[in-house]
Amino acid sequence: MKKIVTLLLSLVLITPVQAAIEILITEGLDSARPIAIVPFHYEGVAQMPVKISDIISADLGRSGKFNPKAVFEMPQQPKNVEDVDYTAWTEKGVDTIVTGQIYDVRPGQFSVTYQIIDIIRGQITGGGAQMLSGGELVASNDHIMFASKPISFDSSDFRRVSHAISDKVFEQLTGIKGAFQTKIAYVLVTEQPNRPYQLVVADYDGYNEQEIVRSNEPLMSPSWSPDATKLAYVTFENRQAQIFIHDLYSGSREMIASYPGINGAPSWSPDGSKMAMVLSKDGNPEVYVMDLLTRRLTRITNNRTIDTEPSWSPDGKSLVITSERGGRPQLYRIELSSGKAHRLTYTGEMNLGGSFLPDNKGVVVVNRTRGNYHIARQDLRTGSMQVLTKTYLDESPSISPNGNMIIYSTLHGQNQVLALVSVDGRFKARLPSGVGQVKSPAWSPYM
Amino acid sequence: MQPTQLLKYLVVVLPMLTAACSTTTGEDTATATNANDTATTGALAQNDADSVEVMTLQKKRQMEIEEEEKKQAALRQTNMLFFDFDDSQVEGKYFEVLEAHAAYLRANPGAKVVIEGHCDERGTPEYNIALGERRAKSVAKYLQNLGVTASQISTVSYGEEKPLDKSRTEAAFSKNRRAVLVY
Repeated sequence: MKKIVTLLLSLVLITPVQAAIEILITEGLDSARPIAIVPFHYEGVAQMPVKISDIISADLGRSGKFNPKAVFEMPQQPKNVEDVDYTAWTEKGVDTIVTGQIYDVRPGQFSVTYQIIDIIRGQITGGGAQMLSGGELVASNDHIMFASKPISFDSSDFRRVSHAISDKVFEQLTGIKGAFQTKIAYVLVTEQPNRPYQLVVADYDGYNEQEIVRSNEPLMSPSWSPDATKLAYVTFENRQAQIFIHDLYSGSREMIASYPGINGAPSWSPDGSKMAMVLSKDGNPEVYVMDLLTRRLTRITNNRTIDTEPSWSPDGKSLVITSERGGRPQLYRIELSSGKAHRLTYTGEMNLGGSFLPDNKGVVVVNRTRGNYHIARQDLRTGSMQVLTKTYLDESPSISPNGNMIIYSTLHGQNQVLALVSVDGRFKARLPSGVGQVKSPAWSPYM
Repeated sequence: MQPTQLLKYLVVVLPMLTAACSTTTGEDTATATNANDTATTGALAQNDADSVEVMTLQKKRQMEIEEEEKKQAALRQTNMLFFDFDDSQVEGKYFEVLEAHAAYLRANPGAKVVIEGHCDERGTPEYNIALGERRAKSVAKYLQNLGVTASQISTVSYGEEKPLDKSRTEAAFSKNRRAVLVY
């Protein structure tokens, strides 16, 4: 009991902190689709905390698939669809715009509507296309790709609503589900002597940071539950590695593995019922799968070398692991039904920290070639590997749930920072932090 | 030397040695009888001399032990061993240091030691946890081979999570690849 109390005292649970991360695009995409998010027209008296159009622009720019125009580049700022000058936008080379209207409903309460407008179609029809309906010609408005119903929201929800609009715009225009309402968990190590290790959860863009655990001893390897309500992670707070499951809403913590030696690399199965992990209780690091209901362990690997970093295939039927069984660390795929292992990687000196892309067509890895550690993607069918990053000492890649972007940890100057790279390697951004070393990012599933 | 020659040598030399011995014994006895009245004091003096001699020997031995203990303690002050990149082999230069730690642990069966394994930042954190454990275990095995009981030793790997030198230079990396003995 005393131990539990001390534990609680030594850990500060869920404290909101200031956003310390902002995103710096380091390599853009010339071929990205030009788009304009026109500043939303506002009717009201209450001060708005942020500009919704700015957040949507930033989201779409960060996806690597869009090149949003800055406000000063816009030929006009139409209030709504009727005000759009199609020719002016066409001349600017913009093929899609988003307009919106915000109303101040009552103190602290706002309402927003928005429209996604196809400029090319609007230019052709002059915005007045007609079609036959019940034997009569009516306006088809087929240049309006989407017109939202009014969305009512609280003043504290400006960012969330903006990300929701970004998701809709992204999906409408790319056919890929947006992941702008997701979160990232990461480890922050500050210089302060007292409890320097923190586990933080923030919006994917670094805002709304929340400290989940703070400790005097290292914290590692956050892994999200598939329903995004819990995190599993490794903590050394009891002077040995232990795996905990932490409920993000209730704040309750449960220790699930504390065997002699390594208790590490937790990875939640896609259905949430099992946890893959690495234990060295039987001699050297081996991969196990724990049934979370019965807490029964199944040993997956058995050899005299290092086996670590399990990650589930999207169908939950196999794991990708890092193993030294062939000499140097390489990735292997293990079929859970048969236990059969099959080597995946051959490129470079080492390949580590693999995870499957959500479409199951490739794996993202940390590749070492000529001593340099970079994030790479290997096609599972052809086996060809593409190195995606040019940064230094890259590690801990984590893929966005829509498979569009990878967040990873890298060294920039003297600091460990987070960085983004698109899965095709064409878009790169850095998320600098002013307060310490940022590492072990884990991208959440859809919230 | 031929065996016959050795025999001849012994025949000549041995009686001489025996003679010398008996002479000395004879003289001692003579001195004792001659100074009969001062026998008590003489015996005392001789005893004193003997006890001084004994004490000196003990002291010297004691000093030698203390010296050795100091040396061992000084060696035990070194509680950190460094490793080559991606390697967990204990280098030869640490053998004396580990012997000092082993001697202490053998002499104090109640004492316990935690061996921490650490890595530089290259490679993934999870792989480095495994590598750090390999380093800690290689030191643990070394101590066990020197007669330390397994139950006195435990290991913990911190991987790349607790660097000794936070600057990202090659020199810093080599300082971070280490095992630490913590009592």
